Amino acid sequence: MSANLSAFFYLISGILFILALRGLSSPETSRQGNYFGIAGMIIAMIVTFLSVGNFGTGFIYVLIFLLIGGAIGAFIAFKIPMTAMPELVAGFHSLVGLAAVFVAISAFLKPEAFNLGTVGNIYLASLIEMSLGAAIGAITFSGSIIAFLKLRGIMSGAPITFKGQHLINLFLGLTIIFLIYYLCVSQSSNIFWTLVTISFLVGVLLIIPIGGADMPVVISMLNSYSGWAAAGIGFTLENTALIITGALVGSSGAILSYIMCKGMNRSFFNVILGGWGATDQASSSKSNEQKPVKNGNADDAAFLMKNASSVIIVPGYGMAVAQAQHALREMVDALKKNGVKVSYAIHPVAGRMPGHMNVLLAEANVPYDEVFELEEINNDFANCDVAYVIGANDVTNPVAKSDPQSPIYGMPVLDVEKSKSVLFVKRSLSPGYAGIDNDLFYRDNTLMLFADAKKMTEEIVKSL
Amino acid sequence: MEIDPFIFRLSIFILSIFVGYYVVWSVTPSLHTPLMSVTNAISSVIIVGAIIAALAGSSNNIFEPSNLFGFLAIILAAVNIFGGFLVTQRMLQMYKKKKK
Repeated sequence: MSANLSAFFYLISGILFILALRGLSSPETSRQGNYFGIAGMIIAMIVTFLSVGNFGTGFIYVLIFLLIGGAIGAFIAFKIPMTAMPELVAGFHSLVGLAAVFVAISAFLKPEAFNLGTVGNIYLASLIEMSLGAAIGAITFSGSIIAFLKLRGIMSGAPITFKGQHLINLFLGLTIIFLIYYLCVSQSSNIFWTLVTISFLVGVLLIIPIGGADMPVVISMLNSYSGWAAAGIGFTLENTALIITGALVGSSGAILSYIMCKGMNRSFFNVILGGWGATDQASSSKSNEQKPVKNGNADDAAFLMKNASSVIIVPGYGMAVAQAQHALREMVDALKKNGVKVSYAIHPVAGRMPGHMNVLLAEANVPYDEVFELEEINNDFANCDVAYVIGANDVTNPVAKSDPQSPIYGMPVLDVEKSKSVLFVKRSLSPGYAGIDNDLFYRDNTLMLFADAKKMTEEIVKSL
Repeated sequence: MEIDPFIFRLSIFILSIFVGYYVVWSVTPSLHTPLMSVTNAISSVIIVGAIIAALAGSSNNIFEPSNLFGFLAIILAAVNIFGGFLVTQRMLQMYKKKKK
């Protein structure tokens, strides 16, 4: 296939990818969007086979490896529980990163195959592009692995910090830039390997200081990196589909990181430099220990909600951990039978990745038009009888509005305390991730339900 | 003077960033998780590079180091393509409207 014709088809697949993202503007069009994405991918792959035009033994092997990878991917996609989506996405990011590194290595080892010059004499621009692709890919890979381990619970979610951390990162970052420069001058393969190794190291160092609840930002950021890595490789291969996709994914991840940071009222750098919560914990949780709390059981909760006319449910990460979404749906069904109006309020950073709660509720067959974002529903708390907080904590803390000393001051929170009564399902009075005591526990209109989120919800269903 | 083709690719890149910016802002927040999984799947179009790498060179010796890296990249990208699109599809199937 001629280079011009294939470039044209790559453009088409790039456009199909844009349409795939466009489809996600509403759930109705989203499924069609996904088919556009699949079509774009198939076109890109067929065009590549035709333009390489090598249908010998190698082609058979390519198909075999394609099927092996595909089978693994399909198996994972069908088996993965929805609560594990954050670690799945982190895992997938690491694969994109590593694939980018491998392609860059291959291009470096055999530049002729990609029309990039010859070994030891690779074009300057290509060399810069492939080393950038390799470096960003490597950072994406090792960073995503760390994020995966933290989300999976294999590694503690606590931030790992040490003295001089930022200086070391800065030094390594400058080293990468220097190595790229030196690589262009010398074309030495040793430099190339050093560059890749250091980039792997930077990925690890970049993610270890970031705590578990900041994972929404981390995942979005790595999403963005995987896009930039793909774009870097796209420039090397002079491939429009890759360049377009890289730019799309890169900006998508960047926007998501921005939305997540805004949801926590923190700057991007504040999150990336890490270590939040580690220092505040000791000072804040002491003073409030003596305050009285009202303690309730499932029957009280069932009675309150049955007699309410409207209930708003506030889910958080705790619901995902307890796998309580199905029990919650049963509870809501029972309430609706009693003529109670129920809606769900989702904070932007509830859960461990953007949109995490929405997927879990969708899995439990909650219709998406009962689920509302913070801005849409926040005024409704004042008119609602019962707010049922399940597995959320910091995102409901009224301190964020009242106490300028608090580390979460200024963070947008759900105005849960404005509802007539608050049911707060929690295992203990321990502070949330930010290490701040939640004022809501001690309010007169709050009834604490000390139990596992799933068990408590099931008990409420029974007493309804 | 002729314009370097690099400039054209750079133009496509920058324009795509803008397209991405506006398209992604229009994505409804409730679909942010599928957005991440589908961007994951489409960024695996890097498989294009992997295929070229794997098939490079003469067909008698298809297991040179550069080909091997290509084959490895094909496996990784294929996991992502199939896994990414299928898991997105699975999630999107779950988003339903209220039964009236």
